Amino acid sequence: MSTTMFDGPAVASTPRLKPGRRVMPKVARDQTRGRLFLAICAFTMVYGVLAGRLVYLGLTETDDVVHYGRAASEIATTRPDIVDRNGEILATDINTASLYAEPRRIIDPDEAAELINSVLPDLKPSELRRKLSGDAGFVWLKREISPAVQAAIHRLGIPGIGFLTEKRRFYPGGPAAAHVVGLVNVDNQGIAGIERAVDQRGLSDLHGAGFAMGRSDLEPVELSLDLRVQHVLRDELASAMERYHAVAATGVIVNAKTGEVLALASLPDFDPNNPVDANKPDRLNRMTAGTYELGSVFKSFTFAMAFDSGRVKMDDTFDARAPIRVGRFTISDFHGKHRVLSVPEIFLYSSNIATAKMALAVGLDNQRGYLERFGLLSKLQTDLPEVATPQLPKKWSDVAAMTVSFGHGIAITPMQAAMADVALVNGGILLPPTFFRRTEKEAMALGTRIISPETSDKMRYLFNLNIADPRGSGSRAGVPGYRVGGKTGTAEKVENGRYVNNKRLNSFLAAFPMDDPNYVVLVTLDEPKPEREGIGATAGLNAAPTVGAIVRRSAALLGVKPEAPQPGGALLVSY
Amino acid sequence: MVSRADRSLFSEWWWTVDKFLLVGVLFLMFAGVVLSLAGSPPVAERIGLDSFHFVKRHIFFLFPTIAILIGVSFLTPRQVRRAALVIFVVALALMFLTLFFGHEVKGARRWISLAGFSLQPSEFMKPAFIVLSAWLFTESTRQSDIPGNIFAVLLLAIVVSLLVAQPDLGQTMLTVIVWSAVFFLAGLSWVWIGALAGLAAGGIVLAYSVFPHFAGRINRFLDPSTGDTYQVDTALESVLHGGWFGRGPGEGIVKRVLPDSHTDFIFAVAAEEFGILLCILLVLVFAFIVVRGLSHSLKNEDAFVRLAAAGLFLLFGVQSVINMAVNLNLMPAKGMTLPFVSYGGSSILALALQMGFALALTRRRPETGRLTLRRMRPAGAEV
Repeated sequence: MSTTMFDGPAVASTPRLKPGRRVMPKVARDQTRGRLFLAICAFTMVYGVLAGRLVYLGLTETDDVVHYGRAASEIATTRPDIVDRNGEILATDINTASLYAEPRRIIDPDEAAELINSVLPDLKPSELRRKLSGDAGFVWLKREISPAVQAAIHRLGIPGIGFLTEKRRFYPGGPAAAHVVGLVNVDNQGIAGIERAVDQRGLSDLHGAGFAMGRSDLEPVELSLDLRVQHVLRDELASAMERYHAVAATGVIVNAKTGEVLALASLPDFDPNNPVDANKPDRLNRMTAGTYELGSVFKSFTFAMAFDSGRVKMDDTFDARAPIRVGRFTISDFHGKHRVLSVPEIFLYSSNIATAKMALAVGLDNQRGYLERFGLLSKLQTDLPEVATPQLPKKWSDVAAMTVSFGHGIAITPMQAAMADVALVNGGILLPPTFFRRTEKEAMALGTRIISPETSDKMRYLFNLNIADPRGSGSRAGVPGYRVGGKTGTAEKVENGRYVNNKRLNSFLAAFPMDDPNYVVLVTLDEPKPEREGIGATAGLNAAPTVGAIVRRSAALLGVKPEAPQPGGALLVSY
Repeated sequence: MVSRADRSLFSEWWWTVDKFLLVGVLFLMFAGVVLSLAGSPPVAERIGLDSFHFVKRHIFFLFPTIAILIGVSFLTPRQVRRAALVIFVVALALMFLTLFFGHEVKGARRWISLAGFSLQPSEFMKPAFIVLSAWLFTESTRQSDIPGNIFAVLLLAIVVSLLVAQPDLGQTMLTVIVWSAVFFLAGLSWVWIGALAGLAAGGIVLAYSVFPHFAGRINRFLDPSTGDTYQVDTALESVLHGGWFGRGPGEGIVKRVLPDSHTDFIFAVAAEEFGILLCILLVLVFAFIVVRGLSHSLKNEDAFVRLAAAGLFLLFGVQSVINMAVNLNLMPAKGMTLPFVSYGGSSILALALQMGFALALTRRRPETGRLTLRRMRPAGAEV
């Protein structure tokens, strides 16, 4: 057996050497040597493979960077502070810790889950265990935890658990300027207001390219808002809403010479720090994203085009004795005088009949051209992303022209009305509104002349008269010393295609001081009720006093000096 | 130093032992201590021991290790053979006892407590078994009266059955591979090689179907998505994390989550902290020892010495190759220590014995060519 197991008949046939029993046959010896040589070669090769594998691994790019890179992409990016024109912070980043796990590195998921649950009982145990026991490289456990919780988890000392510092957006003013500043989502991407505008202006591109990750990389964004005035506006709107039981209120204060927005509020609003109801439909920014039939406020524009076209002069008169009937429509006056009215009287009494006749005097195409130039027929261009497009009459007929002349049959955003009013009072220059700082010089370069300075003078005269004259509808907006001027608007709202006379949209479009207006103020109250039984609920009774209150409180903050008291009349100043 | 004229035992040893091999082995021991500093503290901390518990034990074991290595290398080939027989018998007896008295660790009974130390008899069995097998094959080739091959096969059967009973598939595989290699070197005919290869394949298939954990490991290696490849993945991550020059001593991160970082996966820890270049150096040292040892046996005239030395170096080489290949994810996970580098009292002492045998066998001896044959080699097949 032993011999047959081996190769070579030579082995078997070799005669036994008596003394050399232990001598190995030459053939077998050579064979062993050959095979040993083979073994040496094999080992050299195998060790070579091992060394080669090591070299290969050495040349492999490690995924370390990928690891943390992925994590970094999931955390929020740095955003610039947003400040008002005085440097007050409207929005800023604060650092919070977010808890993550690397399940691959967790040794005992059950133990880890139990420990984490002892600190964060609100995480579902089964869910937590499932997350921890996977083979994933990265998984969020809880975003934005408090420093106390972070310390408690850190103390547990679980391997494979870590924190990433996340930037969280904080709005010190809460809802104060919510609609302008806007808000961000959990990944710190701007989703509304200036926050979104900043992203659209290139911040997100910077982030995408990996820049602007650090705080110091970003200049604060300086807005044109004045937080103090913003507070006054919002506060007065809130109290007006309460006093007149309105469903909504919106207001804006615009610098008449630069187009800068000093304050903008739309109630109800939301707290961007806790934006649970920011998406409810009634929280939209009514100033720029809502369109309304503004009613008599629109007469200002009809008057301006009537003067500017030269078809109507201040001393002309119009017959307002009988309502106008066109087809199934009847145009009548709310404060009907039933007589021939002079042009200033039409403005004071806000006569629909006479205004409609003025529009016909201007002519259909002319009216449309003016409205186009006033920026009322197309979408407003501004920094805020939330802007609505006006709804225009389907057919520009005589009826349409007449209803449009007093603000019906056309729905525009209140902001558009305010900006057109800026042009009416500042000498005739239409300015695009801005929420960022802008000097008068820059504004003039951007502006377009839409009416002559003379027309602007006439409009200022009428606006002023409407408040200074006791017959005027806006007399309750008067603030002694500040020469407020403006036009009321009481528009019946459309419901199911019909005008209903108990639901109104009241507005007051004003400017002050009227001899050289610095600021335009527009306030709109949605569905105000009479303040008490027995009196009406027209704009002169609610929107106008609201503007008065706003001007009274904010004029000093805006740097408008009151005039010296008129001889014989005592000046009562109250803030 | 020592004079060549000095004919004392030490002088004899000094001038005949292969000092390059000795230095290579000592280098590995030194590397083992340094890497133990890196690999074992996380494990010690994990199981609640003093951070340097394993380091201290590692260093403590070095003294008997070096003593055994040097001491055994003084032996003559005949003494080696006798020592191997004694050790083999004792180890086999202890292995048999472990089946009944051994303490169970991770589902296997491999250790037995002797005078306060946990001993793994199978580690000592391996070198003794290889030496004995080499002797049996030699006898068989010489056409002596002893049916060496049959005895060798019987011994293998006993050893394998004891190892499988523990169970210790890693050692089984290693022993079978090296035994077959020695048989092959002894001049096994190609027909038998084919038959044995078929048997080995059959054994693997059998192990695959009988031992679920073995099957799992193979499956996971072939298709990593089928299961948890945590250990080997982590080991690979560890190597990648280190890069060419390593993270620096104590800077390893992956080692903290790498199980058996001080034993089976010390190589990956070495890569993470000291870099891939050091690992390549380690590979070169192993290659040097194995290739030099095999070349020594190649040149040796004595059949038994040639086969036994080759077998011992093969054992050393195969073990190191399997360990490093697992660490580098080149083969399925198999628990195997890296010779002299991994922590493990029994393993390192047994290796000292193994390399002591190897050094003893590869010592330069007076020319044992045909001319001196009669004088130098008294007849007799005594052990």
